[in-house]
Amino acid sequence: MKTIRLILALVILALSPVDQIAAAESNCLTCHRDFEEDTGPSHKITRDVHFQKGLDCVSCHGGDPTLEDMDDVRESKGYRGVPDHREVPQFCASCHSDAAYMRGHNPALPTDQLQKYKTSVHGELLFGKNDSKVANCISCHTVHEIGSAKMPHSSTHPLNIPFTCGKCHSDADYMAAYDISTSQLDDYRASVHGMALLERQDLGAPACNDCHGNHGAAPPGTSSLSAVCGNCHALEAELYNLSPHKNAFEENDFPMCETCHSNHRIIKPYDAMVGSDDTALCSECHSHVDGTKGLETAEGISMAIAELVAAHDQAREVLEDAIEKGMMTTDEEFRLKEVDQLLIQTRTLVHSYSLDSVLPKAEAGIQKADSVKTNSASLIDEYYFRRKGLGIATLFITLLALALWLKIRRL
Amino acid sequence: MSDQSSTDKLYNWLDSRFKLGAFVDYMSHKVVPVHSHSMFYYFGGISLFLFIVQVVTGILLLMYYRPGADSAFESVRFIITNVSFGWLIRALHSWSANLMILAVFIHMFSVYFTAAYRKPREMTWLSGMALLGLSLAFGFSGYLLPWNELAFFATRVGTGMAGAIPLVGEKLLIVMRGGEEVTGATIGRFFGLHVAILPGLTTVLLAAHLIFIQRQGMSEPLEWANKPESEKTYQKFFPHFAMKDLLVWLIVLNVLAVLAVLFPDGIGVIHWPLGEKADPFAPPPAVIRPEWYFMFAFQALKMLPAHVLFLEGELFGIIVFSLGGLIWALVPFFDRKSARNEGSQLYRYFGYFVLLFVIGMTLYGYMVE
Amino acid sequence: MPKNKQSRRGFLELLLASSGLATIGAVIYPATKYIIPPKTAEANLSQLKLSFSRKEIEDDPKKAKYFKYGRDLGIIFVSDSGELKALSATCTHLDCTVQHRPDLGIIWCSCHNGRYDTDGKNISGPPPKPLAIYTVKEDGDAILVSKEDA
Repeated sequence: MKTIRLILALVILALSPVDQIAAAESNCLTCHRDFEEDTGPSHKITRDVHFQKGLDCVSCHGGDPTLEDMDDVRESKGYRGVPDHREVPQFCASCHSDAAYMRGHNPALPTDQLQKYKTSVHGELLFGKNDSKVANCISCHTVHEIGSAKMPHSSTHPLNIPFTCGKCHSDADYMAAYDISTSQLDDYRASVHGMALLERQDLGAPACNDCHGNHGAAPPGTSSLSAVCGNCHALEAELYNLSPHKNAFEENDFPMCETCHSNHRIIKPYDAMVGSDDTALCSECHSHVDGTKGLETAEGISMAIAELVAAHDQAREVLEDAIEKGMMTTDEEFRLKEVDQLLIQTRTLVHSYSLDSVLPKAEAGIQKADSVKTNSASLIDEYYFRRKGLGIATLFITLLALALWLKIRRL
Repeated sequence: MSDQSSTDKLYNWLDSRFKLGAFVDYMSHKVVPVHSHSMFYYFGGISLFLFIVQVVTGILLLMYYRPGADSAFESVRFIITNVSFGWLIRALHSWSANLMILAVFIHMFSVYFTAAYRKPREMTWLSGMALLGLSLAFGFSGYLLPWNELAFFATRVGTGMAGAIPLVGEKLLIVMRGGEEVTGATIGRFFGLHVAILPGLTTVLLAAHLIFIQRQGMSEPLEWANKPESEKTYQKFFPHFAMKDLLVWLIVLNVLAVLAVLFPDGIGVIHWPLGEKADPFAPPPAVIRPEWYFMFAFQALKMLPAHVLFLEGELFGIIVFSLGGLIWALVPFFDRKSARNEGSQLYRYFGYFVLLFVIGMTLYGYMVE
Repeated sequence: MPKNKQSRRGFLELLLASSGLATIGAVIYPATKYIIPPKTAEANLSQLKLSFSRKEIEDDPKKAKYFKYGRDLGIIFVSDSGELKALSATCTHLDCTVQHRPDLGIIWCSCHNGRYDTDGKNISGPPPKPLAIYTVKEDGDAILVSKEDA
């Protein structure tokens, strides 16, 4: 009998919603839910990762939850109440920086957040200048609704990060005291990265924290750009580091990628960026009389890419015509994809700023594109050949039918 | 006229060996009735012509086609991309198959509505029904052979329906598929059926069908029974009707050529693009449709409620179709009135019902998706 | 008059004979062309026999070669353990072609530094999914690849 009752009790417990179990153990929610609105902490808390892992109000706020009267709770032992804005980092760190404690809850989570935070611009201002406006833990992670970055509703999920940071950084009034631009969010949303992340929902695209770091958030310095951008754009960084630009940029204190691609509003690169005319970026530094082969090289690269693009477009046009005519074009479609790859590679090689590496690749692409064009054209010829053949065959058959008809009439 | 004499010489040479005289005499006396529905006499011939096209193009396709899960699709793609005129041969085979089924249906209904099945032509009707069954089996088995997505799922659904037949259903399904699922083993079976068993049976039945027709001549319309001999008009089978037949064949060949060149993958709902290779693990396409000549049965079975009386809906449908088919096939034996050249209202209305049902269900099937 | 009729009859016979021959020609021509085997006399099967040997893969500076499989591009390479492995060569992020990096022991996509292990599993960078795996069989000198699920 006893075991049956025990099992029954366990089953009921297992079936009851999480918040009810927690509420049963503490009186906090019983009262707080009565007077707080639906957006209040006692209601939001069910979405919080801490609450879901079994922590309750007392775990952070302290006090004795068994007491009936709220005033008594405030007086009770260990009550911590609501921490001041500047105290929040330590408040959270009391658990999150305690490696021994964290091991018992989420051993995979690092415990260096506070340490990193202190090196961030936010942390420096908070601790160094006692600034109460800068972001602390809860500015980004929220209070009572804290989620892991994997949860779609979480403020730290990649798709939400730009807006989490933008909440302060795009607010001109709020940022007025800091003398930094507030256009980052708008710039980012117009950038190739922002469009990939927010419009195509490509979680592989970088959000703010992928370049700036998260807890240690700071602008990447000029010298570390190569590592930051090179994290994904490895080949471009590698080529650049071997190119004559590396030393030249360093000597002039030009930030490497940023000089041509800007920072937040990094738009999809276009071929006219390279060239010798006034609209090309190269001519912003180089001139025909600067003693370098800069513009000469730029012009060569620009022409090679333009030729490849033209060959590619022509091939595609002829191929599309063949596809539209219903010919079997799988082989040529496949080869055009190879041309696409060669075009990507050629454009990447721009970062070597050397004709010797761009030209052979472009040449290979042009050759392949031309053969796609030739083969597609012969497919189109085949299409007309079929129709001509049909015309001739139908003519013969019709003539024979006609002759036969005349013959029948004469019988 | 030395030309004439050389053909005469050849005839004499053959005649002295095979005694052609009686045969030629017989053929030269054969006549075909001429009346307002004479045009329907040509549909049997059209079916025969399209069957010949099927045999010829089928043999050509066999030269490159290789059955098997890892070669069937690849070899069909090879035929239409690499072999010169391979696309044409496949298009002709597919178009001719569809047109042949259409011609066979027209042939059947025209025979039915003129009650040409009546005594003494019961056996011709029966052999024709068997040939119709063979044609449909040709269509069903041939559809799988390219082993593309379209074919794979249609075959899975089609063979699945056979599984609903009581008692033998499950066994039949396994025999048809060569296992529990549609796999490479199914291709082997369908291939054997399509290129050996069905052609063999068809040749025998077709020969019988044609001999019956030659022996008994064309059926005369019912209303001729009370006509005086002087009002009946005839044309000679040879050369008149034979040449007209040939003329119709040429027109059909022309239509076939135009369709095959301009629409090698078919048009509208009658199409057979090669598409992607069959992938048993891929999600089935949104619309799985049988070929148009199975649509009426497919749609009717789909529309049946889960249970009719005490039977499962699908089972009920299969029983009704089997019974209907049986009555249809045995109609010459039931319809005693036509046998007395009187014409039967009952069977005429039954025919209208079947025709409307088939056309209606087919159209409905294409409209509901 | 009869002479005229005679010549018209002759013309008809001529028309019948010539158009008849032409029609037969129009039917025979494609059939004959069809029978002549094309340059590659056989269809590529789903089990693809590669046109190069293991040695050629080993001699490649990147110890890898690409092959075309239906509409897909595949990469075959010699892994650290000396085993031949084949994967789909199209990165699962955007459609760049991946490469073998024997120096790092990984499959690498240069477009955004996407990395896969030699079993095709995405290990870092933007790729959201692993690369599809091809089954490799060695039959004497011949290398045969096929899609794993088929």
